[in-house]
Amino acid sequence: MKRLVELKINGELYQVAVPVHKTLLEVLREDLHLTGTKHGCEVGECGTCTVLIDGQPVLSCLTLPVEVEGRAITTIEGLAENGQPHPLQRAFTQLGAAQCGYCTPGMILTAKALLDQNPSPSREEIVEALSGNLCRCTGYLKIFEAVEMAAKELTHKSL
Amino acid sequence: MSGDFAVVGKALPKVDGLAKCTGQTKYADDLSLPRMLYGKLLRSPHPHAKILRIDASKALALPGVFAVITGKDLPIKFGIMPSSQDEHALAVDKVRYVGDPVAAVAAIDEETAERACELIEVEYQKLPAIMTIEEALKEQNVRIHEDFGAGGNLHKVVALEFGNVDEGFQEAEYIREDLFFYQGSTHLPMEQHACLAQYDLDGKITLWSSTQTPHYVHRALAKVLQMPESKIRVIAPPVGGGFGGKDDPFSHEICAAKLAMLTGRPVKITLTRDEVFYTHRGRHPVLMWVKTGVKRDGRITAMHFRSFLDGGAHGSYGVATTYYTGALQPVTYKIPHYKFEAVRVFTNKPPCGPKRAHGTPQPRYALEIHMDKLAEDLGLDPVEMRRRNLTGPHHVTVNWLKINSNGVRECLEKVVEASGYQKKRKRGGGRRGVGLAISTYICGAGLPIYWNDMPQSEVHLKIDRTGRVTAFSGAIDIGQGSNTMLATFVAEVLGLRPEEIALVTADTDLTPIDLGSYSSRVTMMMGHAAIQAAEKLKKLLFEAVSEKLGVPTERLVARDHRIYDRENPAKSIAFDEAARLAEAKFGTLAATGSYWAPKKLGTYKGSGVGPSPAYSFSACVAEVECDPETGQINVEKIWLAHDIGRPINETLVIGQVEGSVYMGLGEVLMEEQEFRNRLGIHKIPSLLDYKSLTTKEMPPVETFLIYTDEPNGPFGAKEAGQGPLSPVIPAVANAVYDALGIRIDEIPITPEKVLKALEDKAKGGKGRVGPERMPDFQFPAPIKVEPPK
Repeated sequence: MKRLVELKINGELYQVAVPVHKTLLEVLREDLHLTGTKHGCEVGECGTCTVLIDGQPVLSCLTLPVEVEGRAITTIEGLAENGQPHPLQRAFTQLGAAQCGYCTPGMILTAKALLDQNPSPSREEIVEALSGNLCRCTGYLKIFEAVEMAAKELTHKSL
Repeated sequence: MSGDFAVVGKALPKVDGLAKCTGQTKYADDLSLPRMLYGKLLRSPHPHAKILRIDASKALALPGVFAVITGKDLPIKFGIMPSSQDEHALAVDKVRYVGDPVAAVAAIDEETAERACELIEVEYQKLPAIMTIEEALKEQNVRIHEDFGAGGNLHKVVALEFGNVDEGFQEAEYIREDLFFYQGSTHLPMEQHACLAQYDLDGKITLWSSTQTPHYVHRALAKVLQMPESKIRVIAPPVGGGFGGKDDPFSHEICAAKLAMLTGRPVKITLTRDEVFYTHRGRHPVLMWVKTGVKRDGRITAMHFRSFLDGGAHGSYGVATTYYTGALQPVTYKIPHYKFEAVRVFTNKPPCGPKRAHGTPQPRYALEIHMDKLAEDLGLDPVEMRRRNLTGPHHVTVNWLKINSNGVRECLEKVVEASGYQKKRKRGGGRRGVGLAISTYICGAGLPIYWNDMPQSEVHLKIDRTGRVTAFSGAIDIGQGSNTMLATFVAEVLGLRPEEIALVTADTDLTPIDLGSYSSRVTMMMGHAAIQAAEKLKKLLFEAVSEKLGVPTERLVARDHRIYDRENPAKSIAFDEAARLAEAKFGTLAATGSYWAPKKLGTYKGSGVGPSPAYSFSACVAEVECDPETGQINVEKIWLAHDIGRPINETLVIGQVEGSVYMGLGEVLMEEQEFRNRLGIHKIPSLLDYKSLTTKEMPPVETFLIYTDEPNGPFGAKEAGQGPLSPVIPAVANAVYDALGIRIDEIPITPEKVLKALEDKAKGGKGRVGPERMPDFQFPAPIKVEPPK
């Protein structure tokens, strides 16, 4: 049975008729063609499908659209502002923190949630925050460095 | 080779990096087409069974189901290697592992396709399952492949002798034998395999697939679908992680194409994570025995190495893997007499295949621990033991492999010095330890997978009248950075920036051949083809500019978007203007480049595996902290030196080294592709329970790049993507020994094994966990090969 849901994604309002058991991951990718959100397991184990709900990282594969109606959903497509990539996106690119790039959207969104709450995290805090996101390419080290680089740029900007 | 490069060797961002960070990159599963159907595979629940009957009538009657196919619809066998055509897209008559595809469905959505699979009735007659190397060697009555292999359940048997090992052992003053077991592991790419097939009514199939080898998929599709290759187009979108797991042509690719043909609608199949575990093609479990004779001063006089490989249910790359378990030992160490015997068996488990550093981490693990044990027996330190046996540059090994540049000695000295290895070693009594190992890897397999005389990589280039250069290459970016390599090579020659080069890649209709992203071959082979094509284009530009400026072509330089007179740089023409001048003079501008690997030196049967245009070298020191109460091993730091020849992009090289270290640590500490005995069910087919390193387990890595300017390398470059994985594993094992005095000769080094070894040691035993005996198996008389003079 389909139901009409209203989702606020990246500041835009979408109305979409979906079966109630279809996950947010599937609705984003299949119904709204926001394929920047990836999937690695579809059962909540790898962090690849992370999106932000009211600024908090959430696994979209374990989330039903009806649960998040009216709340602010941010996907990787919504991170750039005024046609400019987010400092995290720039830092990940600059330092080679994305190799195959498949875990990258989830990594960047999780890192964004961290930096929004803690603008100057320590290496340990970054490691902790990203510990639910698996990456098979990088060994994580360039990812840590990229988050640190973006943090510096963001704090510098806000001074 | 001059070090004066404009873009080569710099730490530049990947040309496709920003697209990956903004969600713009389209991977295979991100694609969809109007009227698209979803495909699902029904898989065998039994490890070994006859198929007595399949009835799909209920599935076909389900509303929303468009087609169901079974083995009889795709009766032609395929396989990656010409010698191993042992797979059906869907099982015919019998299934050989849990997860073996039996039927495929195309339906209006995934749910309907899944329900349809449940409605397919399959009647099986169970057969005894063969689950271990020992069982496979012994069992004669039950055969997994009745019409394929080397008899019984043997897939491949190899016996080679270079020189005369008996003589070598007679010269020895000390001989040691050891046994090791290397557990299998899987690639675990974050992207689940996906493909989308489209059939045009004019009879043309297009397949988008997350594959590392579109060229070989193209050939397999043509063979199984019995269609001319010209009617099939394979496109590989960027791959979300491969590591060798997407090197084979797969059942789901063939089924999607067939279902699209039958329904006239596009069909997408994306594997679930569970299915990815069962699709596998990962690291072979290998039991190894090694016997080495040495002089008192540590010099090796002879080595005898035996490998027993658990191949799983199919051939895959297994013939190559089997040879690789013996090929590279003589590349790091001078071995005057060398005997290598190996047997690969079939078992009722998902097929093993190539995983990062294909077939070489297993013997390297064995060899590097064995070297430490020999050193200890001789009273030498492990560094000195290695120094006395290292190969050097311009060396031909006993098995006829030609090494040009060789930085293994520099790599070894670098990590020993930087880590403080000698000072930290044998601190005794503590929980901390350090371990050392070295390794090597090929820079591209010297031979293509199927015999042919054509180039292994080709590049087309064109310049349009805006001055825009477009490069066409069959190479496929799986995250290793082949797009950036292609753009960098072209940009360097033409004086442009990598990000300005437009790329068309991995499309069998539009791009010339590249054999694929495996065996660390792309930078080497595509690199040469790209440089050659760019040099040809540059020649046309220079001729036009020479005419215009009145400067001889020999004096012209292309750099910073200009072509100028070396002796009077103010005399110059902008690159785009030069392109227009050249087009006016010559007509439309295009050029091609082709690469053939150097001919191999060996002529013996089996000499095709191991030759490469060049060899990379690595050395690693690992420092660990062990908890004797829990058996937990924490890796504190890794020092890794890698002989890269010359980096084309420093950021990417270091990224490959760090990624290799990460994957090596997973294999040595926790990763296991294990099955419930008899049932053949994967023990842990989930990303949570199949343990891999998270951010919390990853130690700091200090990387050192050793420059050796490989004469066969493009701008002196060698590989970085695979070689640095291998030394990490034995380095950690050696560090655990240094810390606790226990030998875990069977990876992964789990806390259980550590505790078991400590317990054994406390009771006065050897403090060792590992295999105790070799299986009974009679190898045939070896092929005798005279070593190079």
